[in-house]
Amino acid sequence: MTATTFSANGRKSSSGDPVTPPVLRSRRLRAARAGAIALPLTFLGLFFLWPVGTLLWRGLSEGSGDALASERTWAAFGTTITLALAGTVGSLVLGLGAAWALYRVRWRGQAYARALVTVPFVLPTVVVAVAFGALLRPSGLLGFLGLDQGIVPIVAALVFFNVSVVVRIVGGTWASLDPGTAIAARTLGASRWTAFRRITLPALGPGIAAAAAIVFLFCSTSFGIVLILGGTRTNTLETEIWLEVKQFLDLNTAATLALLQVVVVALTLAIAGWAQSRRERALKRTRMDGTRSATRADLRLVTLALAPSALLVGLPLVGLVERSLHTRSGWGFANYASLLTIPERSNLPVPVWRAAVNSLEAAAIATSVAFLFGLILAAAISRSRRARWLDAVAMLPLGVSAVIVGLGILLTLYRPLPGGFDFGDPRILVPAAQAVVALPLVVRSLVPTLRSISPELRSAAATLGANPRRVWWLVDWPILRRPTGVALGLAFAVSLGEFGATSFATRPDHPTLPTAIYRLLSRPGIESVGTAFAACVLLAFLTSAVMMVAERWHGKEAVSW
Amino acid sequence: MHRKTWPAIAGFLLSALALTGCAADPDPTTVTVVTHGSFAIPDDLVTSFERDTGLTIEFVVAGESSSLVNELILTQDHPLGDVVYGIDLASAAQAVEAGLFTDYSSDQPAADDAAEYAISGSDGLTAVDYSDVCINVDHHWFDERGIPEPVTLSDLASPTYRGLLSVTNPATSATGLSFLLATVAAFGEGWGDYWAGLRANDVRVVASWSDAYYTDFSGPSSGGSYPLVLSYASSPPFEVGEDGVAPTGALLDTCFRQVEYAGVLEDGANPEAAGKVIDWMLSDGFQAALPDSMYVYPVSSRVEVPEAWARYAPLSDRPWTLDPATIARDRDDLLRQWTEIVLG
Repeated sequence: MTATTFSANGRKSSSGDPVTPPVLRSRRLRAARAGAIALPLTFLGLFFLWPVGTLLWRGLSEGSGDALASERTWAAFGTTITLALAGTVGSLVLGLGAAWALYRVRWRGQAYARALVTVPFVLPTVVVAVAFGALLRPSGLLGFLGLDQGIVPIVAALVFFNVSVVVRIVGGTWASLDPGTAIAARTLGASRWTAFRRITLPALGPGIAAAAAIVFLFCSTSFGIVLILGGTRTNTLETEIWLEVKQFLDLNTAATLALLQVVVVALTLAIAGWAQSRRERALKRTRMDGTRSATRADLRLVTLALAPSALLVGLPLVGLVERSLHTRSGWGFANYASLLTIPERSNLPVPVWRAAVNSLEAAAIATSVAFLFGLILAAAISRSRRARWLDAVAMLPLGVSAVIVGLGILLTLYRPLPGGFDFGDPRILVPAAQAVVALPLVVRSLVPTLRSISPELRSAAATLGANPRRVWWLVDWPILRRPTGVALGLAFAVSLGEFGATSFATRPDHPTLPTAIYRLLSRPGIESVGTAFAACVLLAFLTSAVMMVAERWHGKEAVSW
Repeated sequence: MHRKTWPAIAGFLLSALALTGCAADPDPTTVTVVTHGSFAIPDDLVTSFERDTGLTIEFVVAGESSSLVNELILTQDHPLGDVVYGIDLASAAQAVEAGLFTDYSSDQPAADDAAEYAISGSDGLTAVDYSDVCINVDHHWFDERGIPEPVTLSDLASPTYRGLLSVTNPATSATGLSFLLATVAAFGEGWGDYWAGLRANDVRVVASWSDAYYTDFSGPSSGGSYPLVLSYASSPPFEVGEDGVAPTGALLDTCFRQVEYAGVLEDGANPEAAGKVIDWMLSDGFQAALPDSMYVYPVSSRVEVPEAWARYAPLSDRPWTLDPATIARDRDDLLRQWTEIVLG
């Protein structure tokens, strides 16, 4: 004890600023924090708020916003909310069980299952739509269900895409939950279900709310899935915006609809925030590894919990692999061989492997940027209630139409800026566009954990003489390591799979993997479609590999605890 | 915290700025080509253009068809580049009326062929290539069942072919718009009744070309259950196997002639270089590369199309077509009415 005090004192005097009064210190700290927050805000401002704001301004000043009086608008609004709710509930139902099976209990081969469940998240919509369509079309495996073209396939595909968000975010919280309380409850006679409902579920609240908000926004702006699997008969705010901009050049209506999307974002965050505030600080987080080896009895439950997700995620993936092996002369690996060369009779100027390298490079940059900025934002949001508006700003990119963002970028960043800056350069624009989408995932992954860190721990460390950086290193970081793995994984995955903004930010001679797949699928012939599906399998493989690496990080951490 | 963090952050920002500062003022040795996402041309053609002219080509990818034109209109004050390639017939007149282009007349020999497709009253757009959007048929499917293949647009509405046709929505797909225009050209005022007939005949509507071709078509590369889908006259050669037999074909009485144009953008930074790009696109090398690179027919009569095309991808000798000005005037109404008739 004495030794600690001495060393703390020693540290204080060696900080080289022994005369700084505490008031000045905190003032300078505040200035430093404000300065740090300026970085992510400048980034979001440049690559998101300015482009979107410019377009909305132009659109709104062009007319009277009479789209608000149109029946079609409110029908689209209703459909958007319905689909997003259904997609979120479906993802939660499937995801919670899977999160328990994949993160709370440990079993052999789990790492592979965790990596596999993330794969759908990165797959290009157009390919997933083809895979789902192949299952549901009258001649398909599930054709007898008669679910072709309608709401059910759309919701199924939304769940397919988003279940991994729930699994990873809730799983991260669940793994570090203290099992003691639930065990105590069961010892006192509570059933497994009651213990889960009364103890575990409330403790998972912040994680569930964070995941649900992200999934809801992803679903509400889903475009390709709605258009393709709905057979163009289902209209949401997103598809209506697309039509108004791309086909009818009605910016006023598009901007009005985009404002409705902003309202949806605000409502989502308000509800998620309300749900969270009821639960917050319920768990004072300490370093805790709450996982345990699966018992024989658990394994049956694990199988049961994973079966629905395995079916939903597995069937289309099997369809993808099957199609990638289908060649003109029967079954074989010819499509994989053509990933290495510029495919014959194809409109790709580079081999697919080169596009994969482009993708990995851009995603690595985007992930670093998103993580750095996301960490700064998450720290600010978790420390002060007043900083909650930052949360809303960071979440906007998930809820605002990619068409609006894309067009806004064309209007703002593609022109020479004062000082000779050119942000239209694809080397900047591609990773920047990806980072904008990845940022909210990082923030949402980190905030629940950061908020649950007991302030007493921080004060204790500070009282003992640790400077703010050291407090962060000693208190925040050890608890943050697990969600950091989650955040990096999700950020990388979303960057790797990003198509909307990337598709116009890339040059034709510098495709990313998703844009290359899209191009391969835009021409006829068994070689083209086969190579496209092989490229999808490559994308799935890369994603799984990256996730496995992120999982290893978790594993080590669990051991060291 | 701040003392050591700030230099790191400043370093990061500086390096970011250094990266962004590379392309500064308009550079007279660079020419920027705005095009759609399907643009592809062999590297050596780009290299030889750059060598011959001393220019460097940069590409900017915008949307396709009407969205390409809409994006150009929205950015008219600060054009995205010097020259655009990929304006299609369906939106050409709208683009010209919006004043997007500076007149340019190429002196390449192929310019005479291109003139055949000129937009009347304007030298703003130069035709580069064309293609026929046609219903494709799975020969095998009809042979097996002993049902005669349909021939005309009207056949498609006959009960014999009920539930066999998959087309794309003209509001979400340029291919679909071409087909709608073909029916307007063929039936005039009666186009709505024709589509009502197709609807009664269980026509399937999908969002994009790849959904029709890769999910629905019963042809060899998709394994769906629709033996009639909307595609291109140039699609069948891609399905020919090693036995040299074409398993699919195009119904040449159902085709709409789609044309792709290039134009010099008004207020572009480098109009002179933009003209050279158009000359390049009409050159024999570029024209000869079009079929294999972008699966369209070269506008130039001086180059040969690949042997497989001559054999398996004959063009329609009576394609349907519409005056671009008519399309520009009626397109939005047509789309809204079509949606009402077919999906409503």
